[in-house]
Amino acid sequence: MSGIKNRSDEEVTIIRPSHSWRGINFRELWRYRELLYFLTWRDIKVLYKQTVLGAAWAVIQPLFTMLIFTLFFGKLAKIPSDGIPYPIFSFAALVPWTFFANGLAKSSQSLVNESNLIKKVYFPRLVIPLSAVLSSGVDFVLAFIVLLVMMFFYGIVPTLALLWLPAFLLLAITTSLGVGLWLTAMNVQFRDVRYTVPFLVQAWMFATPIAYPSSLLSEPWKTLYGINPMAGVVEGFRWSLLGINSAPGPIIYVSSAIALLLLISGAFYFRRMEKSFADVV
Amino acid sequence: MRDIVIKVEGLGKQYRIGGCEPRYKTLRDSLSDVFIAPFRRAAAILRGQACGAAELDETIWALKDISFEVNRGDVIGIIGRNGSGKSTLLKILSRITEPTEGYAWINGSVGSLLEVGTGFHSELTGRENIFLNGAILGMKKAEIERKFDEIVAFSEIEKFIDTPVKHYSSGMYMRLAFAVASHMDPEILVVDEVLAVGDAQFQKKCLGKMHDVSEKEGRTVLFVSHNMGAISSLCNKGIVLDKGKNIFSGDIHEAVRLYNYDPATACSTEWRGNEGDENVRLSHTWVKSLDPDNDFHTAVDIEVGMEIEVIKELDSLISGFTLFSEYGNELAYILYDDDQNPPATIIKPGKYRKSFLIPTNTLAQGTYKVEYDVGIHGRSKIIQEQGKLMFTVENVKGLGRRFPVPKVRGRTSLFRPAFFLKKEE
Repeated sequence: MSGIKNRSDEEVTIIRPSHSWRGINFRELWRYRELLYFLTWRDIKVLYKQTVLGAAWAVIQPLFTMLIFTLFFGKLAKIPSDGIPYPIFSFAALVPWTFFANGLAKSSQSLVNESNLIKKVYFPRLVIPLSAVLSSGVDFVLAFIVLLVMMFFYGIVPTLALLWLPAFLLLAITTSLGVGLWLTAMNVQFRDVRYTVPFLVQAWMFATPIAYPSSLLSEPWKTLYGINPMAGVVEGFRWSLLGINSAPGPIIYVSSAIALLLLISGAFYFRRMEKSFADVV
Repeated sequence: MRDIVIKVEGLGKQYRIGGCEPRYKTLRDSLSDVFIAPFRRAAAILRGQACGAAELDETIWALKDISFEVNRGDVIGIIGRNGSGKSTLLKILSRITEPTEGYAWINGSVGSLLEVGTGFHSELTGRENIFLNGAILGMKKAEIERKFDEIVAFSEIEKFIDTPVKHYSSGMYMRLAFAVASHMDPEILVVDEVLAVGDAQFQKKCLGKMHDVSEKEGRTVLFVSHNMGAISSLCNKGIVLDKGKNIFSGDIHEAVRLYNYDPATACSTEWRGNEGDENVRLSHTWVKSLDPDNDFHTAVDIEVGMEIEVIKELDSLISGFTLFSEYGNELAYILYDDDQNPPATIIKPGKYRKSFLIPTNTLAQGTYKVEYDVGIHGRSKIIQEQGKLMFTVENVKGLGRRFPVPKVRGRTSLFRPAFFLKKEE
């Protein structure tokens, strides 16, 4: 250990009861960016430890769903797929969806899972759900590579619209984190959340145009569909990767607004509950 | 010049407790509570149970009105019985939980060590865990990289550094965890009872490190422990908490003395009465420390004495005592000198005082019971149950509290190992 450095008054901490709604302390969050990195790194590192198939699981999950969808919805129910082969139509939606669903499931359990950390060490608690969502990114990358291979196989060449893809990915992260913040903070107090999440994810999947195209709806309903931010994400992915239809305009605006609303309200709720985490969890 | 680094003013923490409100609520419970609770409360009032509001809201103050100041370089021992609020205080100061009232002002970076190995992941290797745990303790990546070799050397597990920690023995695990923790570099270090884990050797090493931190580096340390030996050798000031209240803050030895004062056992170092038969009566027994302050500790001679009244002239009177551990193990039995065996002396009527001496550094830290034994050699036992005493020896001069004697359970033993933690001048 080195000697004591002379520090300025910046280091002064005042601990007192907080009463009102608090915003996010971004400066503090930035100071703890390395912890965020290490927690994410740990989650990724241990994710597929002691599994036979290892990281292949990241691909198997969406791939099998795609096969089932293709068989039942594509072949049997003959659901339209906007003129592109059904497998790639559904897989292009399943990749961001799986990312969202995993991120949501992980982040909603994250605080309870890390209760030993919360009770013993101080750091901005926001780091925990944030790292849970980010660590789902590995699965996304792997599944995305498979998607690219499939596109090549089907001879689909992406257009310049591909440049928009990061924006839609950000939209998925925002939604996942927004809902995750709400759920994980609630989960600390109400363990009901644990049982609600799988059901919620399943219902949400069918409420999102994954197995079917949103073109089944006509305006203005199609725009209103954007209230489900994942509808916007899926539409965005299909447009930027597969180049179907024209750019999805209004639905994206609605989705983005809702996703932002979820994130901001989730962050405030999280910060409000934060002070009781260590006592209740 | 006084350089205050921590100022605590009127700090209090209230917890919700109680049977009617389980800590893990389900949404259904709390929804139904909304409807049921008012009726339950009304019923309680009608039954006349609700004399105090405290019964209704089921809260307790884990801490109340805590105020103190800490100067730079102070090593503060926070002592108190279980449930006195020590850990709550540390949790508030390390910002894990919020106070309900009052405030704490802290000037400097705080590193808290409420547990060693927080966030260790069993699937990760020792190397990976050093980085993870370091980051959790607030260390920067570059800092961990710089200290990495030092940490590994301190933990003595070089060979296993790339093995997942789930294959470690618990000792290796603890060593690695403490190695990381002890390389934290805050201005103010908050440490909770972490020295209570691990074997004697590990404890020694931890104490040594704590010495380095506090003495050589002049860091400010807040330290919670039940090990009064460690507390009094490490700290210069003490805070005594009792049921959430700060009953003393100041000199560490004064604090330890206050903590050790217990009316129940304090009274039992002396007994007065009149027991026995028509020949011999026992009227007074005592255990006395030969320390001017009458403190029982490892570095003082202890006198065990009795006053006997002989009514009729008799021979072969024997008197002595048995020393028991607090768990009832017989540790020693003392009656008479070997060379006057058996004691055939004629004893004239009158009052006699007899005292035995337990020399310095014989007893280890612990609680002991004394039972007197008075009788006529080979004929009768006169005193066996009367005049029992109890006393507690504290370890104030260093290590050596857990030294097992065969078949003696607990941390009590008759002999203290001759081991001292000496401060370097």
